[in-house]
Amino acid sequence: MFATLAGMEVTRPRHVEALREVGERARPVTLAGQQLLPVLTPLEPLLADGGLRRGTTVTVEGAPGATSLALTLGAAASVAGAWVAAVGLPSLGLSAAAELGVALERVVVVTSPPAQAWATVVAALVDAVELVWVGLPRRVAAGDAGRLAARARERGCVLVPLAARGATAGAGWPLAVDVRLVVASPTWAGPVGDGAGRLEARRVEVVATGRGAASRERRVPLWLPGPDGRVEPVDPPVLCRFDPVGRGPVDKEREGGGEATG
Amino acid sequence: MSRVSRGSGGSRGSRGNGGSAGSAGSAVRTLVVWCPDWPVVAAGLSPDHPVAVVGGVGGRVLACSPAARAQGVRRGLRRREAEGRCPGLRTLAADPDGEARAFEVVASALEALSPRLEVLRPGILALPSRGPSRYFGGDHALTARAVALGEGALTGRGRCRVGVADGLFAAVLAARRGVVVEPGGSVAFLAPFPVEALAHAAALGTVAPGELAALAELFARLGLRTLGDVAAVPASQLAGRFGPAGTRVATWCRGLDDRPARPRVPPPDLTVVAELDPPAERVEAAAFVARALAAELGERLVTSGRTCTRVRIEAETEHGETLSRRWRTEGLLLAAALVERTRWQLDGWCNGTGAVRPTGGITVLRLVPEEVRADRGRQLGFWGGATAADERVTRGVARLQGLLGPEAVTVPRPRGGRSPAEQVALVPAHAVAMATGPGPRSPGGVAPWPGRIPPPSPVLLCLVDGDAPPVEVLDATGGAVAVTGRGVTSTAPERVSVAGGPWSEVVAWAGPWPVDERWWEPAARRRRARIQVVTATGQAHLLTLHAGRWTLEATYD
Repeated sequence: MFATLAGMEVTRPRHVEALREVGERARPVTLAGQQLLPVLTPLEPLLADGGLRRGTTVTVEGAPGATSLALTLGAAASVAGAWVAAVGLPSLGLSAAAELGVALERVVVVTSPPAQAWATVVAALVDAVELVWVGLPRRVAAGDAGRLAARARERGCVLVPLAARGATAGAGWPLAVDVRLVVASPTWAGPVGDGAGRLEARRVEVVATGRGAASRERRVPLWLPGPDGRVEPVDPPVLCRFDPVGRGPVDKEREGGGEATG
Repeated sequence: MSRVSRGSGGSRGSRGNGGSAGSAGSAVRTLVVWCPDWPVVAAGLSPDHPVAVVGGVGGRVLACSPAARAQGVRRGLRRREAEGRCPGLRTLAADPDGEARAFEVVASALEALSPRLEVLRPGILALPSRGPSRYFGGDHALTARAVALGEGALTGRGRCRVGVADGLFAAVLAARRGVVVEPGGSVAFLAPFPVEALAHAAALGTVAPGELAALAELFARLGLRTLGDVAAVPASQLAGRFGPAGTRVATWCRGLDDRPARPRVPPPDLTVVAELDPPAERVEAAAFVARALAAELGERLVTSGRTCTRVRIEAETEHGETLSRRWRTEGLLLAAALVERTRWQLDGWCNGTGAVRPTGGITVLRLVPEEVRADRGRQLGFWGGATAADERVTRGVARLQGLLGPEAVTVPRPRGGRSPAEQVALVPAHAVAMATGPGPRSPGGVAPWPGRIPPPSPVLLCLVDGDAPPVEVLDATGGAVAVTGRGVTSTAPERVSVAGGPWSEVVAWAGPWPVDERWWEPAARRRRARIQVVTATGQAHLLTLHAGRWTLEATYD
């Protein structure tokens, strides 16, 4: 026995290497939690795993920009061939979704599900697609939310609940979520005064908090949308091209943004 | 004699080996029934109105009514050009499934003449006429009978033309003229037709329409102007120059068939029925019966080596209400899937919100397979094509359609438009092929739309005009901001209030973008101007001025 082991010792590196390769190849199933839905590169620093963990619930809140950020979450996945769905969001601008990078041919839309069948419809979509933007009704029962979250976890679907526009503070998702994204201090660039120019880009700061690996707070400044319509990371050379209106030069605007949040 | 019959019997095999022209050499006397402008008739519209059916790549006209044709609308025109030639034209989207379904009425009526009838495509069918002709007293009597049967089935909605000739191609052309060609007269009948008539051979389905059009054009340039000229060229030379398509054309122009007529055998009756006594009041009870029923149908299909691509699920209630819905899936209808669908449908009826909720318990449950095919198995794509994810979403969509009705589940499709809401249309999911891979992307439509708001597009729209919240836009002096006839704002906006809410300061604004749409149509004319405003809180809105009132059109959320 020992002799055999000692004999193996000599050739160990090669064997171990081969065994590891075979193990990697023959690994039966990856767990839903280990699989990630891809996100656009600028959003990667926001998420602990660099992508959306399947089966999780992600809320997007905050000042103007929350809906845009929610749409952006589905962009890379839909381009990669995953199906996404929007339910209960009759006022969603889908041309904006296309500009933010969502592949429209991979989107299913149920505009206004009847109130009594809302949970059933969302559950059916959770079964069918890989990411669902859910427009929340006025009040969501904690039981319904719990069942939907459990179903999403089981099916490996990412749930993105969105509170209705003008909803009161308590009207959101009634449970704790895995990742919570908050959009803060939006500043538009583009109009140069007296009606000239147009809205071109918006600078926001996104704060990500959550549970588990996501519990460390991450702050990422983003262009949402950037000058070419896509989400982009903020880097100084790009900043100089824009002169945010009514806030003076760019550097001062940065400080101003800090004051607003503080 | 024996050689000829062997040649015709084995022509399938010989074609597979490259098909020498000499081997195809028989002509079956054939009767063809042709319903002109079938897509229009199938849509249930009167031929007296100018109607065009549009579809295919780039939205070309596929068929039009006689009234539209009289005004210059032709097949293959672009939709816009057709509308330009005939201003009152009503255009419909092509619905191949609906056309095929509507044609079943005609096909089943003509099955009274011969069970060996074959639907070439919706709107045109063929049957070998030698036997029926002798039985009904000659070709002319048979033709008259076929017209009577076909038009009787259509009940005045459309017309039928019938022709008889030796060979299918000659019979198709005879049907377009509505004549009977005497036996042996097919060659002489075909000879004076221009080569463009080869386009009608597309119904035979052996050569693609595009290839036929290219061949016809090439023949004309080579100086072969009629089918008689083509028939005069030795078949071997046509085969050498044009390959298999040339062989087929040579065969047709000699009034012969390039394939044996494929008889359409009515599908075997696989319908399964269950009577529920006592009537099922709850979905669960009915679904339990449906489980056994679907298993039985599945077993029947499997034992006969078939698969079902379309099934009709019918239920009758004790008050005599019949509720039926067709389900079509790509090879998915195995027993388990059938149970699932029956359940979804009953769920949708009994618990759903539809207006057709049954008033009584369900007494009869019936599964009728409508399209049955030989089961050749199905392979999911490895790269591209249908994937498991597509299959999953197709199932999910079918389930939601059962729950909410077929129109409630939609998919977005980009199209042109000036306002953000117009740039994407929501199409019912059943009207498009869900499982197509990522196609070419064209956000915001392809054509330029002068006056459209430049991107980025707003993310939240106020869809209905009447529902859009009113907005007050004031300038520094407290006066309302207006847009002049020259398309500029009277004064700079200083503060806004949405839907009577608190005033917020405007820190930046852009515009206006004036648009004057549909000025040629007084009822639908819309003259409006849009501006973008950014408030002190960082909110950006798209505001619309229409008839002196500002409304909130969208928000850049």
